[in-house]
Amino acid sequence: MGPKVLYFEDAQEDDEAPTLVTPQITRTHIVRYAGASGDFNPIHTDEICAIRAGNDRVFAMGMMTAGFLSHMITDWLGNGTLRKYGIRFVARVWPGDTITCKGRIVEKYTDGKRKFIKGDVHAENQNAQKVITGSILAELPSRNE
Amino acid sequence: MNVLDLIGKEIPPFEIPVERGKIREFAQAIDDDNPIYYDPVYARSTRFGGILAPPTFTTTKLFWHREGSTADLPGLDYRYVVHGEEEFEYLKPIVAGDVLTCEGKITHAYEKEGKRGGKMIFVVFDYAFYNQRGEKVLLSRSTMIQTGGVIET
Repeated sequence: MGPKVLYFEDAQEDDEAPTLVTPQITRTHIVRYAGASGDFNPIHTDEICAIRAGNDRVFAMGMMTAGFLSHMITDWLGNGTLRKYGIRFVARVWPGDTITCKGRIVEKYTDGKRKFIKGDVHAENQNAQKVITGSILAELPSRNE
Repeated sequence: MNVLDLIGKEIPPFEIPVERGKIREFAQAIDDDNPIYYDPVYARSTRFGGILAPPTFTTTKLFWHREGSTADLPGLDYRYVVHGEEEFEYLKPIVAGDVLTCEGKITHAYEKEGKRGGKMIFVVFDYAFYNQRGEKVLLSRSTMIQTGGVIET
């Protein structure tokens, strides 16, 4: 895979990102992200603890899904282009869920020599229920430079 | 606990060495096989000059600090605290070999009535990350929510 670059001239409002679909989420994914991030909140990895806290099983940490969504974004826009990434966790992700990550350009504009796009991004589960809603600001290179 | 007392609480600054192994582990955990996160020869050939940290990599700050995390806040119960929102502002790339300094502060704390009754407590943490050259590289804001009881969403 070569370096992905999206040039400002090739980005149009309403363009959609290539959809990214995660593998089916397992407890191993959750444990792996816990180790990688240092989030050892037992509500995500200790089934007994999660059940005692009133849940019917463990659930994923929001930032794991936010990471999958960020992967969709960098595949779409290229590395080093993000300037802002804001997300809201609206529903939880559970083992067995499959998450689809989507994005769309809502605005493109120039500020001096710098060229930007704003986009809406979201992650939804296999029932088309949104689990994360969010927005991005990215600075894209120009073909003319 | 008066939640307003949390406002202004500072998290003592701590260092985050950005390491190639940790980036590899983190990229695998978000299922991203982009060689910029794994292949040092390829990464050095890019404009970043080295293995790049993925956009949400500073979440690994949890790995480096214990004091001042949500679990330590008096009056908050980790069993009923959910992550509400997160925002990142990217100023400069972060690459393996960088040593970041993270400064954090609770900037907002407030209560709200939950939809189903019960009281929700919101705590907002603002973080700033500086690299070894003293450059500000990233800002992030985390909104944590203590729900009135068992998490329902």
